Amino acid sequence: MLRVAVLFPELLGTYGDGGNGVVIAERARRRGYEVELAHVGLGDDVPEAALYLLGGGEDGPQRLAADLLRDSSFASRVGDGAHVVAVCAGLQILGESFCIEGDDQYAGLGLVDVVTRRGAVRSVGELAARVGERMLVGFENHGGRTSLGTDVAPFGKVAKGRGNDGALDGYRTLTIWATYAHGPVLAMNPWFADQVLSSVLDVELEPLATAADLLYASRCAALGF
Amino acid sequence: MSNGPGIRDYLAISGVRLVNRLSRLTGRGSGTVAGGRVGLRLAPDLLATASRDRTTVLVSGTNGKTTTTSMIAAGWGGLVTTNATGANMPAGHVAALAESTERRTVLEVDEAWLPTVLAATGPRVVVLLNLSRDQLDRAGEVRQMAERWRGALAHSSGTEVVVANANDPLVVYAAEEATRVVWCDVATTWLADAVSCPKCTTAISHDANSWRCRCGFAKPPAVVTTTGSELVVGGHRVELDLALPGEFNRANAAMALAALDVVGVDLDEAVQRVNAVSNVAGRFSLRQWNGHRLRLLLAKNPAGFAAMLATVPNDVSDVWVAINARVADGRDPSWLFDVPFEELAGHRVFALGDRRLDLATRLDYAGVDYVIVDDESTVPVSSDVTLLLANYTAFSDWLARSSPC
Ligand SMILES: [Zn+2]
Repeated sequence: MLRVAVLFPELLGTYGDGGNGVVIAERARRRGYEVELAHVGLGDDVPEAALYLLGGGEDGPQRLAADLLRDSSFASRVGDGAHVVAVCAGLQILGESFCIEGDDQYAGLGLVDVVTRRGAVRSVGELAARVGERMLVGFENHGGRTSLGTDVAPFGKVAKGRGNDGALDGYRTLTIWATYAHGPVLAMNPWFADQVLSSVLDVELEPLATAADLLYASRCAALGF
Repeated sequence: MSNGPGIRDYLAISGVRLVNRLSRLTGRGSGTVAGGRVGLRLAPDLLATASRDRTTVLVSGTNGKTTTTSMIAAGWGGLVTTNATGANMPAGHVAALAESTERRTVLEVDEAWLPTVLAATGPRVVVLLNLSRDQLDRAGEVRQMAERWRGALAHSSGTEVVVANANDPLVVYAAEEATRVVWCDVATTWLADAVSCPKCTTAISHDANSWRCRCGFAKPPAVVTTTGSELVVGGHRVELDLALPGEFNRANAAMALAALDVVGVDLDEAVQRVNAVSNVAGRFSLRQWNGHRLRLLLAKNPAGFAAMLATVPNDVSDVWVAINARVADGRDPSWLFDVPFEELAGHRVFALGDRRLDLATRLDYAGVDYVIVDDESTVPVSSDVTLLLANYTAFSDWLARSSPC
């Protein structure tokens, strides 16, 4: 049984972020795996899971989500090898600190050596980033400017939009993927969904035909890639 | 400056009318916004000037603005000044006011513009329907909108009566500092944006009839209530028998009638006129196109779609859904993943519009049977009326290309 947990969707789920859980669960089920997709609500304990998903949210809810996660078993479960896909606010929460309500820095979970400050302008629109030979396509809507520590690898190199800072998007550790592409980024990028799933299951996956293949191809074509 | 309209305002109003007429004549627009823009440039305080001595009702919220505005205009009876085409920013308001000297005025107002329009027009009533996520790439975030409404109502002249949805915590947060509020207990199904308290961010607990946060923030006692088709406004009972479908339209009607009650319209007469409203700017209308008979339904965001999906009968096989992501829709279609499309399981969904592949992807992952339609003329004609749910510009496209049945 593969358990995927969407963490505090009421707080972190502004931009269709719940879609990422549905995508992972469906892609696993269609390959014959049994999946439990858990939505962890306010007041629930963080359950054991092979993969945790964190979405985006507004300032107040982001701060509360950080507090709830800090007081939970989340960090130790990640330390024990659970995987995480974090987008937008979720990306910021896993870091050392992030910015809320003006320029106040608020402590993150400190799982990754990154710091997010307030950017000069809000970044709203299409985001595309090269990840190895692949293109990550999606949308961003955030006001953060994220700096990576010297030992932290970015997830992609920005080709359109801003991502962390106009040059790099997100970060990648052995078990964590983080990107500013919010919402259904795993729906728009089937290769990304399968990269995560393959790593979580620790198996090679055969390709799976879905409508998302057409969507991905059309977005890449529209962006000129 | 004197209190009455000055020569500059007269010139500006004439300018608005002239440009509106030209824009209609040249076929370049419906003539409701271009003139208003010109007028506002000639006299920036034109909205305030043109609103003087009127009895104005403002209607705002994420969903139901156009329908509720239309119900208020119809329910008032006789001539009413209104921005009927949904041009809901100040240029559209100025254009509507320039076209009609009728003092009874009802204006649909874009959520982001409500503070400005409230200050300029000095309304008698402000109707606040609901607040939820909409147009993610440009409207800003929904809690910020509630905060801005709250500030505007707390610092207004206080002469207005706010008619507000007591079941939407974000609306209650926005309205609770206003001088006088008529709280309405109306059906509100979409609460995903108000699960955490707007005051303290902890979880709000909901039960069948109420909601409350542990910080004390809670559903206020309502004087306007709905039970099935019965509506009670301040102790007065009337029967809602709407021509328009859906529970959400009963909520719109209840709030429209509450507003009409405040401005002194006889409720028994008003409800007859509201019941008779059958199509609003083409919404819910029966149209024909290429041999198809289509029922056009507009849904612009997750809450709107959730409400519309609930009206799809189980026994219809095919449903058409058209999605665009043009500027007026918001360029980011991520919101499709917030729509409970799983409810369409058992139907076959034809995916139409510029973003049919985003829609098809959503439907695929929702386990719903879908057909990607690159060319609508290839879809076989059904003997039944086909439901077509479309977001904003897709709806406009289908309204333009179809004709009345
Ligand atoms: Zn509270």
